[in-house]
Amino acid sequence: MLSYVGRRLLQLIPVLLGMVFIVFMMIRAIPGNPAQVILGQQATAEAVAVMNAKLGLDQPWFIQFFKYVGGILQGDLGESMRTRLPVADEIWPHLAATMELAFFAIVIAIIVGVNAGIISAWFQNSWFDYIAMILALVGVSMPIFWLGLLGQWAFAIEFNWLPTTGREQVRDPVNAITHLYIIDTIIQGRFDQLWQVIRHLILPGVALATIPMAIIARMTRSSMLEVMRSDYIRTARAKGQKMFWVVYKHAFKNAVIPVLTIIGLQTGMLLGGAILTETIFAWPGIGRYIYDAINFRDYPVIQSGILVVAFIFVMINLIVDLLYSLVDPRIKYD
Amino acid sequence: MNKKRMWSAALLLLLVLSTVLAACGNSGSGSKDTLVFGRGGDSTSLDPSRVTEGETFKVTVNLYETLLNFGEQDTTIQPGLAKEWNTEDGLTYTFKLEEGVKFHDGTDFNADAVVKNFERWANGDEDRFPYYNSMFGGFKGDEGHVIESVTADGDYTVIIKLKRPQAPFLKNIAMSMFAIASPTAFEKGDDQFARNPVGTGPFQFVEWKANDSITIEKFDGYWKKGLPKLDKVIFRSIPDNSARLNALIAGEIDLADGINPADGEKIEGNADLQLIERPSMNIGYLGLTVTRPPFDKKEVRQAMNYAIDKETIINSFFEGRANIAKNPMPPSISGYNDQIKGYEYDPAKAKELLAKAGYPDGFEMELWAMPVPRPYMPDGAKVAEVIQSNLADIGIKAKIVSYEWPTYLDKASKGEADAFMLGWTGDNGDADNFIYVLLDEDNIGSNNYTYFKNDAMHDLLIEAQTEVDEDKRIELYKKAQEIIHEEAPWVPIAHSTPLLAATKDLTGFVPHPTGSDLLANVEFK
Repeated sequence: MLSYVGRRLLQLIPVLLGMVFIVFMMIRAIPGNPAQVILGQQATAEAVAVMNAKLGLDQPWFIQFFKYVGGILQGDLGESMRTRLPVADEIWPHLAATMELAFFAIVIAIIVGVNAGIISAWFQNSWFDYIAMILALVGVSMPIFWLGLLGQWAFAIEFNWLPTTGREQVRDPVNAITHLYIIDTIIQGRFDQLWQVIRHLILPGVALATIPMAIIARMTRSSMLEVMRSDYIRTARAKGQKMFWVVYKHAFKNAVIPVLTIIGLQTGMLLGGAILTETIFAWPGIGRYIYDAINFRDYPVIQSGILVVAFIFVMINLIVDLLYSLVDPRIKYD
Repeated sequence: MNKKRMWSAALLLLLVLSTVLAACGNSGSGSKDTLVFGRGGDSTSLDPSRVTEGETFKVTVNLYETLLNFGEQDTTIQPGLAKEWNTEDGLTYTFKLEEGVKFHDGTDFNADAVVKNFERWANGDEDRFPYYNSMFGGFKGDEGHVIESVTADGDYTVIIKLKRPQAPFLKNIAMSMFAIASPTAFEKGDDQFARNPVGTGPFQFVEWKANDSITIEKFDGYWKKGLPKLDKVIFRSIPDNSARLNALIAGEIDLADGINPADGEKIEGNADLQLIERPSMNIGYLGLTVTRPPFDKKEVRQAMNYAIDKETIINSFFEGRANIAKNPMPPSISGYNDQIKGYEYDPAKAKELLAKAGYPDGFEMELWAMPVPRPYMPDGAKVAEVIQSNLADIGIKAKIVSYEWPTYLDKASKGEADAFMLGWTGDNGDADNFIYVLLDEDNIGSNNYTYFKNDAMHDLLIEAQTEVDEDKRIELYKKAQEIIHEEAPWVPIAHSTPLLAATKDLTGFVPHPTGSDLLANVEFK
């Protein structure tokens, strides 16, 4: 098991390096120049040239690349060209904001998606099955900005139940320690604030959960349908087992592997930040952080931001692979 | 569990949940000593001298003060930290400073502090102080640097000597990027200062949550008695215009900028809200790259001006909240030439001019549409469609193209566009900041995207830069506008009125044309 994990971690190095290289070349291929953006529309051509030299952008690309990779190997993610702060310092609050939202969304997606999938398979071709699968189709194809604005209108303006945007009640701000506000408010015993933080999570969380929820529901259903037809299920039922236990214990355990895979992929995706959700709900997450950096041509932030997101993505996939052996003893890694 | 029971349980759960949520719906709306100001983006830095973007100045104008101020809703020169100023020859300026003013950190504000601020800028470079470079022509030792020396004469008098007269000098001094900061604070280093700003302004810095909120609070030691009226101001970044309006309607914010013109009527019809118009200091235009045939021919450029129906554009996409433009700067700027008669919508005349230029059957061209909404151009793509159909009427086949924003600017500045939509919001309300910056040959490759070059106009503009007599200066700019009108490197389209919205009980908010609003007098009734 350990040697498997070690091998997988080693494999990460070329994957991440390749990714850094592609991102590095891609952002330099698009027109637009960080110096020009930093100096503003007023800047003269000479000023831009001086700035370019300062930022090291006048050097050949391979020198820039090796300098950057050299920095990363020493744990240095570079410095934002726009704010002049180390990316490593800037990135955590944004990543924490995204993690909190993504975790909330994936929990909703799993609870609703898995159950909807199981029940649809259990009562295949019933009205529940049809409605759930139509909703899942709608969910996959729903534009987030529309859903988000509609949610704000309905739940914040018409019913006045939930806040429209943001992470916290700004008039009573959370004292950020870890930047994961749920944890921060619990540490400080501010349960009134905890409740506010949860209320702020609901609308963006549900909006973000729609697509993964629908995908998980469809995957669970098809995986369950296959298992439900197997002989051992018939045997279990013949023994007089309650149907609920047959479905949730016997069948689901064998149907869970593909569901787990899809959950892993979706979690990784959510952690990459969802630009649309973060924009509509003014969520200060990593998606917006990287997107803004693209508009400012802030190369170090784009490179390091994508690197961090990619790292998290592959790590989650590794964890999912390890989970396989936990749920299915037939899978061994040695 | 039978189905019926399952459904009743679910319904009950929903009911309980909604009651709980509803009960908490209005909790914590807070006292009315705090203003929450919703805006589109976050600040880059809280050291105004180091950046060029407006979201920073919106905050720093409340933290710092400048030697001179702009008028409440215009760009006339008013006293600031300097209560009096004078100059004999336009070369030596004497500023008498307010006494008894303190920075937020307790440091005394005096002539020495002013000198240290100017020295900090003059010893910098483009990287550190980009605006100082463009407004004062460089840094210490540069030939173009206009400031000869800044010295203290006693504790409360500052003397600034110039190498040559600079007509907009006092207006430059009043720009929010030349705010006087506490020397004690910035001497600790630029990078920490950008996150821990210390000025003399009515509010002092509290907290910054990146991409989320910036909080400032009342400075008890503020030198103007009775101000500020609010205890706290929180600037919230809400990037989406519709979401920001939703947050305002829901009562989470008290003031929102960047309101879509299309939402104006909805706000006016809402009894809890008020619509606020910011005085216009911008121009939205269609630039014609004069180095690219057939736009190298004056007749073709004039034909474009006659062909485009500006009134329809303004009524449809600015919801009427804009004025038709005929000059490259708005009427509020001193030097505006109202004698000029704008090109009216006249397709027949346009066709005539095209024929005269040798294009009786028109031609094919690319029309560049702005990919992002800006106050001076709320919906580039749709305006482009109107222009496209106007041009089709006179036989010109325009293909609409668009690029992502930085790419668009980069390619346009290299002269790759036939015709492109763009605009400008003034920095200091001076004519030089429009005409010279946008159309002079010195700015080809930066802000003169049309590559327009005219020797007579260049001479006028250079003369105007050093002309201290205001009347003579106005005459020079009026002549320059005549040349621009005749040569027609642009189709000027609109001077828009940017919109804000606030809750009904907000008073004392006076939007400034520069886009940086002082909030000291704001309160809730």
